[in-house]
Amino acid sequence: MTALAPAVPRAGGGSRPLAGTGTLLRLALRRDRVLLPVWVLVLGTVVVSGAGSIDALYGTRAQRAEIAVSMTANSSLRSLYGPVFGDSTGALVAWRFGVFAAVLAAVMSLVVVVRHTREEEETGRQELLSAAMVGRRAPLTAALLAALTGNAALALAVTAGLAGRGAGSALALGLAVGLTGMVFATTAAIAAQLTESARLAKGLTAAVLGAAFVLRAAGDAGRDDGGSPLTWLSPVGWAENVRAFAGDRWWVLLLPAAAVLVQGLAAYELTGRRDVGMSFLPARPGPAEGRLATAGGLAWRLQRGSLTGWTLGFLVAGLVFGGMVEGAADLVGDNERAREVFERMGGAQALTDAFLGALLGLFGMIASLYAVGSVLRLHGEETSQRAEPVLANAVGRLRWAAGHLVIAFAGSALLLLAAGLGMYLSYGQDPGTVLGAAAVQLPAVWFLGALAVLLHGAAPRAAVAAWGVAGLSVAISWVGPALDLPQAVLDLSPFGHLPKLPGADMAWQPVLVLLAGTALLVAAGLAGLRRRDLVTA
Amino acid sequence: MTNAITVGGLHKSFGRTHALAGLDLTVAAGEVHGFLGPNGSGKSTTIRVLLGLLRADSGTARLLGRDPWRDAVELHRRVAYVPGDVTLWRNLSGGEVIDLYGRLRGGLDAARRAELVERFELDPTKKGRTYSKGNRQKVALVAAFASDVDVLILDEPTSGLDPLMEGVFQACVREERDRGRTVLLSSHILSEVESLCDRVSIIRKGRTVESGSLPELRHLTRTSVEAELAAPPNGLAHLPGVHDLRVDGTRVRLQVDTDRLDPVLRSLTEAGVRSLTSAPPTLEELFLRHYADEAVAR
Repeated sequence: MTALAPAVPRAGGGSRPLAGTGTLLRLALRRDRVLLPVWVLVLGTVVVSGAGSIDALYGTRAQRAEIAVSMTANSSLRSLYGPVFGDSTGALVAWRFGVFAAVLAAVMSLVVVVRHTREEEETGRQELLSAAMVGRRAPLTAALLAALTGNAALALAVTAGLAGRGAGSALALGLAVGLTGMVFATTAAIAAQLTESARLAKGLTAAVLGAAFVLRAAGDAGRDDGGSPLTWLSPVGWAENVRAFAGDRWWVLLLPAAAVLVQGLAAYELTGRRDVGMSFLPARPGPAEGRLATAGGLAWRLQRGSLTGWTLGFLVAGLVFGGMVEGAADLVGDNERAREVFERMGGAQALTDAFLGALLGLFGMIASLYAVGSVLRLHGEETSQRAEPVLANAVGRLRWAAGHLVIAFAGSALLLLAAGLGMYLSYGQDPGTVLGAAAVQLPAVWFLGALAVLLHGAAPRAAVAAWGVAGLSVAISWVGPALDLPQAVLDLSPFGHLPKLPGADMAWQPVLVLLAGTALLVAAGLAGLRRRDLVTA
Repeated sequence: MTNAITVGGLHKSFGRTHALAGLDLTVAAGEVHGFLGPNGSGKSTTIRVLLGLLRADSGTARLLGRDPWRDAVELHRRVAYVPGDVTLWRNLSGGEVIDLYGRLRGGLDAARRAELVERFELDPTKKGRTYSKGNRQKVALVAAFASDVDVLILDEPTSGLDPLMEGVFQACVREERDRGRTVLLSSHILSEVESLCDRVSIIRKGRTVESGSLPELRHLTRTSVEAELAAPPNGLAHLPGVHDLRVDGTRVRLQVDTDRLDPVLRSLTEAGVRSLTSAPPTLEELFLRHYADEAVAR
């Protein structure tokens, strides 16, 4: 069976390639009726309320100019957030929340597109739909339109929320965010044609997104005007280079628009040339006899690919960002005001420590997403009916769960180790400090993973809510301080309780409390799993 | 031990749905037992309770004399299960899955495995999603038949097999019975049940409505009779147990409760029989009677 088209080329998508798109779009929006509004609302609220926080923190133009200069002068901070292009509140919002919103719009888009294309084919649901009055290109079109709906709503929310500070600039920022989302929607559309697995399609797109973020970071570390070729290679860098509220370079928006067009056409070309359910990277035959003998071995076999990918990603990101640590203490010689600000912030060592801490905190938050996803493999195995025949063998539920949980918990430790090691290798100093600051993230990462264990064990129908909890924790810790959120809200995230290593003193109490909480949640989750019915169709 | 499976008064609810409402099921050791019922009548739920995947609300369930919930793991060494809807991992080959299931059950007979792969004409090198429904079922069937177990629990295992493979399946089930194994076979393919099963249980809405050997069940239903008589018949309509009587001159067609057959035949011979065909009730008729009842009840 070949996955490629027969010798006679299919003319595009056959007759009426778009038939049924409207119905499929309604189906997609109905299935995403919670996902899309929540995502758009949360992101829109963060960006818009960010303006209020910046007004509160830096009320005068002089204060804003000071922060703009000092942030832009420091290459490490530039690598994290990009340069600041102006001293208006809007420019600071675009700087602090623009890239953040663009990246998260990209994540939303890739989830939506893969969910309505490859995932439908992988589960076999697409076959039933395609047998109806549905054109060959309709599913992809409906998925892209669903992503467009979400991104347009987000762009609108950002524009409307910031319009009071300059309608044109607000529109430029909204479009920069929304178009970045659409760039990755079309990247996901291509990935969905290439692979047979929805998980792999999401992973490939996320890897492209990660590379785009790293390219921008590396480019911005080198130059303070966003003009590095590396930045220009990155769709995330384009969003930054629109310079919303600081000159509004509209022509830059042509880049993402062109990328959407080119990638979209490529995806359509590919989808017209393959069979439903097949891909261009088709499955190869496997061994006729297997050596897998245990539930743990099966779990490893199912998860090793994704763990390898994540570990490599963390190692590379660690290497890249480790190279920027030196810059944290850069005091741009001719800028007296920046020097003053830095001295006030604690001088070179304090800045280096703060940068290391912020970076490893970021790695910790992303590792917690891995932990949750890895734990929820249990949920996926169960709802796809693959757990049932395994558990009908002489495999206890605890042993079945243990295989996946060991990978989730040890795997997230491995990720942080890889990131710490990468940073140490390119930073070249203080291995103990760097690895210690990486390790201290682990209790918070594990706590969120343990919450997923509890949900899966005790309330399996609500297991995916673990994504929401983890996402919220990450969002609170990532942008909460910049939003000037009250301490009570910041305390909701386990990351908020960790000692700020390096720099601050090690505090054992929160670490031990989180570890004890982790143990308790895992035990409760496993107890629930032993007692409850298996989720069946 | 005489009974491999004993289920009594089993209840199970999912939210407001009452899936099992006092189900009884007895399967003697060494028999092939047919488990019949309309879609959604509770067959798979019963099987999942027997496998310890679901916990019954009340009632008793015993598999090989033990509690399937509490002793699940030990019991599963002696039980092989084939689900109706076999889902495989995308990146594992069929052969890997067969060997994995076999080892998780405590080992499988390599020679028997090879023979079964041959007989079912299965390509074990293909991976998960590239198998058709029937081929996915073959993977689960080979794993089950190649295991050294006492009980086979098969939940609509042949819904995707072609007639040739259906024949191989039936031969395998007979071999299992000849080795003294117990088989619980849930199925909608009545010819399969008729040719394989020693005894049958029919369930409806989570309750057992009939249970017994096929001759016993036939006894409970109607025989159809068609006769060409020498003279028009007399008084047939008044005989107890006669249904759907149609008289067309000297041609007679009727259905009769099987235990009332004798007076009908006497009445026919009084009129003089020129030709007579009598068909025993098929399982299908038996089945349809219960299904139709349900359709009416709805």
